[in-house]
Amino acid sequence: MAGQSEMTSPVPVRGSKPGAKRARARRRVDLLIASALPVLILAVWQTVGSIGLVESMFLPTPWQIVKGFRELAVTGELFQHIGISLGRAAVGFSVGGAAAFVMGIWTGFSRRAEDMIDPSVQWLRMIPNLAIGPLIILWFGFSETSKIIIIAVGSFFPIYINTFLGIRSVDNKLYEVSRVLSFNSFQQVRRLVLPSSLPHLLLGVRLSLAISWLSLVVAELIGASSGVGHLILYASQNARTDLVFVGVIVFAVVGKAVDSLVRYLDRKWLKWRDGYRG
Amino acid sequence: MQALHNIELDVQEGEFITVIGPSGCGKSTLLRIVAGLDLEFQGSVTLDGRPIGGPGIDKGFIFQEPRLFPWLTVEKNIAADLSLRSSEVRRKVDELIELVRLTGFEKAYPKELSGGMAQRVSIARALLRNPRVLLLDEPFGALDAFTRAHMQEVLLDIWQRNGTTMIFVTHDIDEAVFLGNRIVILKSRPGEIRAKMNVDLPHPRKKVNSSFQTFRYQVLSEFEKVDELNWGESGAGI
Ligand SMILES: Nc1ncnc2c1ncn2[C@@H]1O[C@H](COP(=O)(O)OP(=O)(O)OP(=O)(O)O)[C@@H](O)[C@H]1O
Ligand SMILES: [Mg+2]
Repeated sequence: MAGQSEMTSPVPVRGSKPGAKRARARRRVDLLIASALPVLILAVWQTVGSIGLVESMFLPTPWQIVKGFRELAVTGELFQHIGISLGRAAVGFSVGGAAAFVMGIWTGFSRRAEDMIDPSVQWLRMIPNLAIGPLIILWFGFSETSKIIIIAVGSFFPIYINTFLGIRSVDNKLYEVSRVLSFNSFQQVRRLVLPSSLPHLLLGVRLSLAISWLSLVVAELIGASSGVGHLILYASQNARTDLVFVGVIVFAVVGKAVDSLVRYLDRKWLKWRDGYRG
Repeated sequence: MQALHNIELDVQEGEFITVIGPSGCGKSTLLRIVAGLDLEFQGSVTLDGRPIGGPGIDKGFIFQEPRLFPWLTVEKNIAADLSLRSSEVRRKVDELIELVRLTGFEKAYPKELSGGMAQRVSIARALLRNPRVLLLDEPFGALDAFTRAHMQEVLLDIWQRNGTTMIFVTHDIDEAVFLGNRIVILKSRPGEIRAKMNVDLPHPRKKVNSSFQTFRYQVLSEFEKVDELNWGESGAGI
């Protein structure tokens, strides 16, 4: 979509100063609308709830949600749930990501391993995470293990695919340099393959983290006695819709924070890259 | 496809061979074969009587393009697999950075360098290893006249001090005469040796000397003979 709008936007014509001025003014208006819109929505939402147009059990007002948030925050219950959820996501991501990394390196380096293993992986990749949830519950029960497996499975594929791609994208010209400089295999991996596949790897990590965060919801909704997913389920069963909203917002905020962290590392570690930065 | 044909060249230890020839005649290919990077060829290439099985630390190679690791700074590119924490490596790297006139750019990334600067980094990287044989593929092609003259002096100095065997590809006749103690002239399609000429000019050579100019004309006329031969061959073929 962004590309399309860029293509159709008028090309600035040399010497058309009034046109440029008008474009600037338009951008200012756009910005104003962009920041006013959420405020407007919140105001309408609050009003609709306050005058009793909509049942608060159906749609709580923003203020009720804030109060619900404070209620959970004061007792510390909220942060306990967030901590537990983050812990699960971290363990699941680590297990799935590590396995994916090892397998990606294996199939990346060995054509034979690729021919033997990759087709099966591509098949398994197409199975939606939700579909295997019940199976894993059947095999492992409503245990911590099954939650971690669900998350691990979800975070496996992006890292696997991107590790593989990263290794295969090593520049042959630099590979020749490594041969001329007599790098041994270990040095070739450490000084050539890993750095040149780092951009791919970080992309894989980002995608995987997002998926493990989503899988966490699945895992915790299926059956848990703690965690943000449990909080949402419990609140909805007890007609506390305001707390459901609190849980949903927490998922969004924490997810975005984790993603921003990885993007920060991305910029820090890849500052040597000479690519288009938009 | 056959790029080279019937190449026979015997290089003595400590020689400075310069190779000139038109673009696409197979100069890079020849160097790659000597380096052990290309193993699909007919014939034999030996070093000390042993066939070359692959690249090695005793054979330095400076590629036609810089080929730096984009994620490493200038000094780390030069050190590559050697650790800059070793004081010996540190000292040599600093020396080389000064030698190739890149002082102040130690911490710069390749994307911040000009083409000529990047090429000087790759030259320093090869020199750090102090190889027995140094293969250079148009290493000074991207340099301005002054930097080029300086780098030529640097190379001659290293050759005279260390006795490194040099095989130096260029398309600049002046450069070939200035540096080499033997010039190999290639012709294209198929890439063959047209002439080998000994350069019996004493060092230090001066490009403005009449003996230098006389020799330069000899090489040039050899080149023109190459052109005539090419014409003659295609003429006879039709
Ligand atoms: N990887 C390759 N595969 C097939 N043919 C190649 C390959 N590399 C080079 N050639 C061919 O081999 C011939 C010699 O190429 P080479 O790069 O050795 O030329 P060169 O003398 O170094 O030219 P230049 O002065 O432009 O660098 C060319 O005709 C080219 O088309
Ligand atoms: Mg070449």
